[in-house]
Amino acid sequence: METYIEIKNAVKTFNGSIQALRGVDLSVKKGEVVLIIGPSGSGKSTLLRSVNRLERLDSGSILIDGESVTDEKADIRHIREEVGMVFQSFNLFPHLNVIDNITLSPTVVLKKGKEEAVAQGRKLLAKVGLSDKEIAWPEQLSGGQQQRVAIARALAMSPKVMLFDEPTSALDPEMIKEVLDVMTDLAREGMTMLVVSHEMGFARAAAHRIIFMDAGQIVEEAPPETFFTSPREERTRRFLEHIL
Amino acid sequence: MTKGSPLSGRDPKNSERTTINVTDGTLIPSKDEGGLLSAWNISFFGAVGLLVALPLLSPDPYLRILSFVPDGLIATFSVTLSSIFFALIIGLFAGLGRVSQNKAINRVSTIYVEIIRGIPLLVQLFYIYYALGPLLRLQGPPAAILAMSICYGAYMAEIFRAGIQAIPRGQMEAALALGMSRATAMRRIIIPQTVRIILPPIGNEFIALLKDSSLVSILAVSDLLRRGREYASTSFRYFESYTVIALIYLVMTLFFSRLVAMMEEKLRHRGNVH
Repeated sequence: METYIEIKNAVKTFNGSIQALRGVDLSVKKGEVVLIIGPSGSGKSTLLRSVNRLERLDSGSILIDGESVTDEKADIRHIREEVGMVFQSFNLFPHLNVIDNITLSPTVVLKKGKEEAVAQGRKLLAKVGLSDKEIAWPEQLSGGQQQRVAIARALAMSPKVMLFDEPTSALDPEMIKEVLDVMTDLAREGMTMLVVSHEMGFARAAAHRIIFMDAGQIVEEAPPETFFTSPREERTRRFLEHIL
Repeated sequence: MTKGSPLSGRDPKNSERTTINVTDGTLIPSKDEGGLLSAWNISFFGAVGLLVALPLLSPDPYLRILSFVPDGLIATFSVTLSSIFFALIIGLFAGLGRVSQNKAINRVSTIYVEIIRGIPLLVQLFYIYYALGPLLRLQGPPAAILAMSICYGAYMAEIFRAGIQAIPRGQMEAALALGMSRATAMRRIIIPQTVRIILPPIGNEFIALLKDSSLVSILAVSDLLRRGREYASTSFRYFESYTVIALIYLVMTLFFSRLVAMMEEKLRHRGNVH
């Protein structure tokens, strides 16, 4: 498989002192589902947010499909069109109803016709199981439903890769599964995914590779079966004891 | 709905930032205080009562005064409404400048706000009408509107800035992640959400501006206060004239304060700008 995302020696310091990333190398192949785990403050979210340049690296480089994200002259808006992102706090637009949340960017950024965008939006809502919520307002939805709309909204841009930043951390336990099911379906369809999450069920069901980060570095990476049963590093073992 | 208030629902961490209180407003009865004897009710209905009773009981001079000042009321409102209109436009752009990532734009907007807020409105009125008079050659009313717009634009800028900054950061990030430019995200995502949190403080600025518009009477603008002064100086009925003027201002500001409070209440209870 060809490499789709190539991160080289990523370094990021916040406020001049806190080192979030201390030289991270990671490559993700097309269609691969990579799960990033690690304690809070390990830099996993920063790494994910660097991929679509919501965070700017201090040094190092990131290529997506051969195009540089980190280059100052990069057409970052064009790159972001192809990189979908799902946030921990959903970030639906509260002043727009569900279908408008989904169709806004396709019409404004991709200049799609309204009808085309709505037709596509309806398909995506069916895909995430929320066809009946088309004209609901975000505040009327449960957290799990909001997150599924957020996934549909990201998919409406027809991205080539999806970034998930702790997508289930803000959810009540009974809503986690409905979101993970959508993500698992997406993984099965061959979407390239980079997921920051501690959901081990999802890891076993859908991930091709687990990355364990600590203190701004990748400590260990392995396929889910070996990662959970026989981690190499002591630090990984200690962390797994806490979350499993 | 699993989350609490409509504003905090989006990002619990930022919930305490989403209410902004820029001006001190007048004393509006809160719902639980209520009652006919609230300060607002006594002041408002007392003032209205006096404005009706005085001309009936003593038509000379009160009825004469009341029939003399409506021109001034029109002037007061036209100055106030024009100024608030231009102040909103100036405030929007200066407020955007205050949150701009462009250092030069940011600096210029901040300096504007600092300078204007540091000089009394009366001095600014004198400056534009008298000091810059030979240069600008403005009549009273346009000079008054220009000075008040520039002055209140700075206060409006701070309201817009506070409103924009009250929107959780995740909204801008989500918009950027969807490929929108910062400008598009501002226009389509941030500003529409800002409107409902800045409406009440803008209402308060409107009331403050209405009161401050009395200052323009010194610039040869025949506003409410100046009409009262004109009547007083010809009739020597100073007490009666200025009593009526004060009562009219009081009725207006109490009325608009109540309106703003009702709007605030409505916005607080209604979930969103649907």
